[in-house]
Amino acid sequence: MADIKVAAYICKGCGLGERLDTDALVKIAQKDGKVPLAKSHDFLCNADGVAMIKNDIANEGVTHIMIGACSRRAKTEAFFFPENAVARANLREGVVWIRPDTEEARETTQDMAEDYIRMGCAEVKAMTAPGGNTNTGTSKTLLVVGGGVTGMTTAIEASKTGYSVVLVEKSGELGGWAGKLYKRTPVHEPFKSPADTGVADLASQVMGDSNIKVYLNATIAKTDGAPGRFVVDIATESGATHTEDIGAIVQATGFTLYDMNKLPELGGGKSPNVIDQAGLEALAKAAAAGDGIIRRPSDNQPVKSVVFVQCAGQRDPTGTHLSYCSGFCCNASIKQAMYFKDTNPGVDTTIIYTDLRTPGNGEDFYRSAQEKGVIFTKGKVAEVVPNGNTSTVKFNDLILGDTDASMVDVDLVVLATGQVANSGINIDALTKPQVEGQEGEPSAVGTVEVKPISILNLTYRQGPDVPQLKQGFTDSHFICFPYETRRTGIYTAGPVRRPMDIAQAREDATGAALKAIQALENAELGRAAHPRSGDLSFPKVRLEGCTQCKRCTVECPFGAIDEDEKRFPVFNESRCRRCGTCMGACPVRVISFENYSVNTVGAQIKAVDIPDEFSEKPRILILACENDAYPALDMAGMSRNEYSAFVRIIPIRCLGSVNTIWITDALNAGYDGVMLMGCKSGDEYQCHFVKGSELGRVRMSKIDDTLKTLNLESERVRDLEVAITDIERVPDMINKYAAELVAVGPSPFKGF
Amino acid sequence: MSANTALAEKYRNNFLKEIEEQVEMGDWVKMCMQCGVCSGSCPTNFQSAWEHPPQELFMMIRAGKREEVLTSSSMWNCTSCYNCIVRCPRKLPITHIMHGIAEYAHRLGMAPKMQPTRFFSGLFWKNCTHTGRVNELKLSMGLYFKDGLGAGIKEGMKMKDVAIGLLKAKRLNPFELFGGHKCKDQKGIQAMLKKAYEIERSRKAAKMAG
Ligand code: SF4
Ligand code: SF4
Ligand code: SF4
Ligand code: SF4
Repeated sequence: MADIKVAAYICKGCGLGERLDTDALVKIAQKDGKVPLAKSHDFLCNADGVAMIKNDIANEGVTHIMIGACSRRAKTEAFFFPENAVARANLREGVVWIRPDTEEARETTQDMAEDYIRMGCAEVKAMTAPGGNTNTGTSKTLLVVGGGVTGMTTAIEASKTGYSVVLVEKSGELGGWAGKLYKRTPVHEPFKSPADTGVADLASQVMGDSNIKVYLNATIAKTDGAPGRFVVDIATESGATHTEDIGAIVQATGFTLYDMNKLPELGGGKSPNVIDQAGLEALAKAAAAGDGIIRRPSDNQPVKSVVFVQCAGQRDPTGTHLSYCSGFCCNASIKQAMYFKDTNPGVDTTIIYTDLRTPGNGEDFYRSAQEKGVIFTKGKVAEVVPNGNTSTVKFNDLILGDTDASMVDVDLVVLATGQVANSGINIDALTKPQVEGQEGEPSAVGTVEVKPISILNLTYRQGPDVPQLKQGFTDSHFICFPYETRRTGIYTAGPVRRPMDIAQAREDATGAALKAIQALENAELGRAAHPRSGDLSFPKVRLEGCTQCKRCTVECPFGAIDEDEKRFPVFNESRCRRCGTCMGACPVRVISFENYSVNTVGAQIKAVDIPDEFSEKPRILILACENDAYPALDMAGMSRNEYSAFVRIIPIRCLGSVNTIWITDALNAGYDGVMLMGCKSGDEYQCHFVKGSELGRVRMSKIDDTLKTLNLESERVRDLEVAITDIERVPDMINKYAAELVAVGPSPFKGF
Repeated sequence: MSANTALAEKYRNNFLKEIEEQVEMGDWVKMCMQCGVCSGSCPTNFQSAWEHPPQELFMMIRAGKREEVLTSSSMWNCTSCYNCIVRCPRKLPITHIMHGIAEYAHRLGMAPKMQPTRFFSGLFWKNCTHTGRVNELKLSMGLYFKDGLGAGIKEGMKMKDVAIGLLKAKRLNPFELFGGHKCKDQKGIQAMLKKAYEIERSRKAAKMAG
């Protein structure tokens, strides 16, 4: 390694100069931090302060910079030195803003600041400036899988932005589900009548666009590589395979209607006159091609009465059918009722619903249907009994409290069944047992059965399709990165991601197209996609030390690590999101980043001064997730919410990156307690790395054994869920924990 | 065939259509979205609990419950407070519809005969159109004796302190029982009302005939 020269800079602005003894901090940096160059400045982030640092870099040969000022989340533009390793000691949000400005607090506040200086100096020495991943690809072509409204919109939007697109559609024509519709729910003023689907127009745009290459009757035989350098084999009907170089992928494979044959009590599959919404669209299309009259399938007589059964096999609390609301079917039934009323107001149309869900302008559409004479009855349909050419619909009238209500002589019954995602193979069902170290549990109640056909045929070690979350919909970070899957550079859009209607699908498509473009651009530059977008660091592995335990390859939430034939891990840097989960998982600690490693954190833990047990100054280590907990702590500072002066906080990339050695080291060093602050995990996760906090927690659940071997109380380690909004709660948690530890007593490891 | 059976026959399964065509503002019934705000807002519904609050009446109409709706006492309980109209998110003129349905039921002879507000409405109308002025004494006596002599005396005794108070304050003149005061042009009033009746009757007859 080349020679390093570390410099420490202490800022006196923002009240730091008044509240802290900055001269003492400079001395600490020199003496304990052992940096050859340490200075203070009245206002470090201003032009003069920054110029001072730049001058030291240019003329003093400074390579490593430790800045003792505000939080690492503040002033990132001023303190931007891409060629250098930089560490930040958080003296403002992390010290003076969370401590009272009183004489008696002065000493402990100064202690805190001094420790952060020691930690910053130790951290920066363990770092190198990240150089960026060089294993990149340059393909700027987008692959769109699925030629429905979502897929076509994605292709058109990407093409408009100047990127070339390969679109693969499994059927013989573009249009997907929307192509089968007679008309669509209106999306423009006055929201009163069904509108043209617009599918023909979209399809001709796609076909006429020289930037878009369309494969019909085609599927993906193989997807290999990483963002920027995917190699995709496309199998066509003729048996020929075409290979395309792809930068990023948008999967828009849509949905299938829930099978109405699973609803025999509602007459599904029992009579040709009981149909689903797709069935009615087909009848309406046939009618429009003929005399305009929708006919009863059993005997071709004109339909005089029709009943729509909402939520058929949906919102089912029993776990037998879909548990969710598909969101589009209320409006779809209203639209379909209008197919009848608009041609013949004399047809009796009744919609039986429990809750009519028509958000936004759907309300106008609903009102228009009422004006047209569609009858809305609030009730729950219990049974549809077909009898010859008609049916009897038995329902519980929820307004009139009539449990035996019924409608007789109904010509046609339309079941509003919901959307089931076309998401390919549920790979989590394959990998989960390995992660949790137990045998595969039976699939959860209400899950849609595993669909056997893979869509992407990824060659990834973790399975051929993108992971799913619940009910077969693909996993995405619902709150922050909705189109993101757990496979970098692969995005899902439309109803494969969550149930939605055409308008939402088009919005999704546009969003996903732009995210995919970002991903392939970042990949070419060797930079991370979000949440660490622009990050140039990436995991490096010292293979000589690897024991082939496979933990990293199994745990990586993003499927970035494959295995070679000797079963060593193979990192695909462009697929990596830089969460550090692999680093946390590795039992022999051979995985590290240039600016984040077992050493950068370990050195900080060791740099803290641990007063002896008689000083009544306990020390609590906090490992705080940089995405949520750390900002919450910073914001607590901004709101001047005070917390204990005995904590020392280290930001971590993700709870998943926490290596148990840090905790063992901290306890051995005499810390009285360790708090781990990470995002919520489980189905309702908020973790930016999706599975990171969950995997971290699984790992930490074994910490009790460590505590036992050390003969320590279980209170010494605390795992906490912290959200970015916990600005009030987090100081409270800290103070409570600090009080609890006083009761437990000082760590017996102090002074060793 | 009575008016009722004739109309029932005419609209057979479509009571909603009947209400739309026959009841004042009845064409609004289909626009109700069953939110229940009207029922929750109605002060009389809280007092004595209507048999069927407005929301439910509208649903019954759509469900074709003709007999139950028209013989119901519910809409007769409406005091025209207009709370529901103000609050209905769908802007239904509920108060007017309540009176419209009541009036239609009355027209068909299906309204509950001794329902107090219905009975009082009739009494009031007869009382004030007779002389052109309301005779308060006769009006209240009429209401007291609605359910027969015994009940009337009992009701009257309950109110005797009030009556004595009114007498003392010269707010009640016992001689009003014998004729009472009248308006100046009694004949003119009668003629006006007769004309209005005729106009109304022919309008409704035309409607009922379709
Ligand atoms: S949109 Fe309507 S019909 Fe569809 S599941 Fe939701 S509530 Fe039921
Ligand atoms: S675990 Fe995280 S840091 Fe490691 S390879 Fe996977 S995405 Fe990258
Ligand atoms: S408030 Fe209006 S919309 Fe709601 S139930 Fe009453 S009449 Fe219907
Ligand atoms: S106007 Fe009539 S129905 Fe409406 S709230 Fe008042 S009393 Fe009830």
